[in-house]
Amino acid sequence: MGQTRDCNEMTAMSWPCVGEAGRTGDWRTMRPVLDPEKCVASRKNKIVCMQCWMFCPDNVITRTAPPEINLEYCKGCGICAEVCPSDAIKMTPEQGKQAEPTVMEEASCDG
Amino acid sequence: MTVETKSAVVITGNKAAAEAARLARVEVVAAYPITPQSPVVEALAKYIETGDLDAEFITVESEHSAMGVCIGAATAGSRVFTASSANGLAYMCEQLSWVAGSRLPIVMGCANRAMSAPWSVLNDQQDSMSQRDQGWIQLFCRNNQEILDTFLQAFRIAEQVKLPVMVCYDGYILSHTVMPVEIPDQEEVDAYLPPYAAHTALDPAAPRNINPVTLADPRLNGEGVLCHGYMEFRYLMEQAHQEALDVIVKADEEFGARFGRRWGGLTWSYQLDDADTVLIAAGSLAGEATISADMLREEGVRAGVLGLRAYRPFPADSLAEQLKQAKRVIVFDKSLSYGYGGPICMDVRATLQRHKMATDVDGYIAGLGGRDIKARELAAATRESIAWAAKRHAPKPTGWINLQL
Amino acid sequence: MDMTRPEQIEIRWHGRGGQGAVTSAGMLAEAAYYAGFKGVSSAPAFGAERRGAPVTASTRLANATLRHFSQVENPDMVVVLEDSLLVTANAVNGLGAKGYVIVNSHLAPEELGLSNGFRIATADADSVAEEIELRVSGVIMVNTAMLGAVAKATGLITLEHIERVLNHTFSPKAARKNIEAARMTYECTRCAY
Repeated sequence: MGQTRDCNEMTAMSWPCVGEAGRTGDWRTMRPVLDPEKCVASRKNKIVCMQCWMFCPDNVITRTAPPEINLEYCKGCGICAEVCPSDAIKMTPEQGKQAEPTVMEEASCDG
Repeated sequence: MTVETKSAVVITGNKAAAEAARLARVEVVAAYPITPQSPVVEALAKYIETGDLDAEFITVESEHSAMGVCIGAATAGSRVFTASSANGLAYMCEQLSWVAGSRLPIVMGCANRAMSAPWSVLNDQQDSMSQRDQGWIQLFCRNNQEILDTFLQAFRIAEQVKLPVMVCYDGYILSHTVMPVEIPDQEEVDAYLPPYAAHTALDPAAPRNINPVTLADPRLNGEGVLCHGYMEFRYLMEQAHQEALDVIVKADEEFGARFGRRWGGLTWSYQLDDADTVLIAAGSLAGEATISADMLREEGVRAGVLGLRAYRPFPADSLAEQLKQAKRVIVFDKSLSYGYGGPICMDVRATLQRHKMATDVDGYIAGLGGRDIKARELAAATRESIAWAAKRHAPKPTGWINLQL
Repeated sequence: MDMTRPEQIEIRWHGRGGQGAVTSAGMLAEAAYYAGFKGVSSAPAFGAERRGAPVTASTRLANATLRHFSQVENPDMVVVLEDSLLVTANAVNGLGAKGYVIVNSHLAPEELGLSNGFRIATADADSVAEEIELRVSGVIMVNTAMLGAVAKATGLITLEHIERVLNHTFSPKAARKNIEAARMTYECTRCAY
């Protein structure tokens, strides 16, 4: 591992990218579980509603039909469940083990 | 000291500060009026209105907001100017720290004024001294020409070491006193002061967070690069201050080469070469002390003056070198670190101790809240200090000039 | 008239808040700069004054760059914008034995009741200002007029230097009036030395 001077910054900066704040998925005690039967986007197979995508503070929900939640970084804050107008996202306990992420991709800042 | 190359205008220190900001082609001015600083920004507002200065004047509801605007503008890459005094400066306090930590080269004027309570609009240096540890470079001026020249140097220093600079000049004694000031040519200033290229300039194509929450320890960012923790950033800030010790001197040298006036860089001196008794002060008080030195020399005391231009960074090594021959140093502070003594005095004592010098250092508090200080009073204090050393072994308590209790 | 120039001349102005003593003190510094003094300064003594309260300003004229700007304590000259200030502000306090006292007064220098050692000059600047209607907000202004008295009484500056200052300070119309006031006051200044 290099030294901090390799970052070459004289002031604190960060560039928005997946994983900028570290692998925050293990902060989670409650996980969001999406019910495709209730989710409007899933049912219509169209990019509609997208309240969960819009409100997710960590940008871990995709703008797709169905929306996918990256559990490697999802902190489990529950905002998606709160804002979902169809009550399609339920927060369920992690039961003490680190869940297998539903989407597992290598963190990358290129995208 | 001053080369008379062309005719000058007879103006106040505040006007000299405004002229400097105009010549520096500042792009954003945000300030809130407070006595005795107000005429600076009034003059700049006028220049902007008449088109003499192509800048944005952003009106605000407080000094805290004024500096907030300056932070935004400087971050985006503008050359920024503001000014304040006393309570206004105190109200900026939180932002001052933010500016230095953000390494923004904002230049501000501080027309030094006493802090309340009780209420006073008059001069001392408690206001800027109270902001000493915010990370700003602090430069003091002894006359109005030096005010104009120091502001121009300040932009250059600030933009080179990426630290904000506070140019301090005594309220009323300089801010409202007229004296001849030579106004440099715009082309010469442009050549001395190239446009500012911000290290923080924003690029919509590559968005970023500036000054996000930073943890105590270093951390890997999303790209796997190990980034500084808080302490590393603060160490870099201190390194920049150390670098500024050279940069301030060079900025003054290059200014002298171009404009024919030099002000001494970190310090200036008067009759110091053979002086065994040295009077130290910052700002107009040090000028007054040169008259005292003349008086003392007439009595056979080998007195000289060491004036501080740079207070932060503190020119410790330079001071120790220049005080080698001194037997006695008398420091006159226009502010007080309550419960101990004058801040400059404490720094001088610490410097001499660190250099293992046995020079006596006596401190005097002078001119608080606009109490006028005469050269004869500084001379009398010097005599008192000499007499104390001849008779007593105990350390002399801090003296108060012209206290009428 | 003393045309020999000492190394430094210290002048204290006495006026009342609103009379423009601070302004004319600065104008004297500027005029003296034009007259060849290299080091000039003019510093107001600020306090909690209001309109009507006695105020002072300190002007220094020197042949070299000035090193200090404290208030003048032992002036070589006092300029008094209203003769009542001779008593209420003790305007001659600290004045040197042969110091100049230049007073806006309808009285002759000998009638002011001052020490004979001083070089006393009086000018009825009030009448001048009345005559040419030099008023600001209805109040007559004598501060620029008294620059004419200083020129006549000391010879340190000339009417031309005053004119130059007034021309770049005021609008052309106001400048003309102030220049006229200075000139008329110059003419009517009486010197008792």
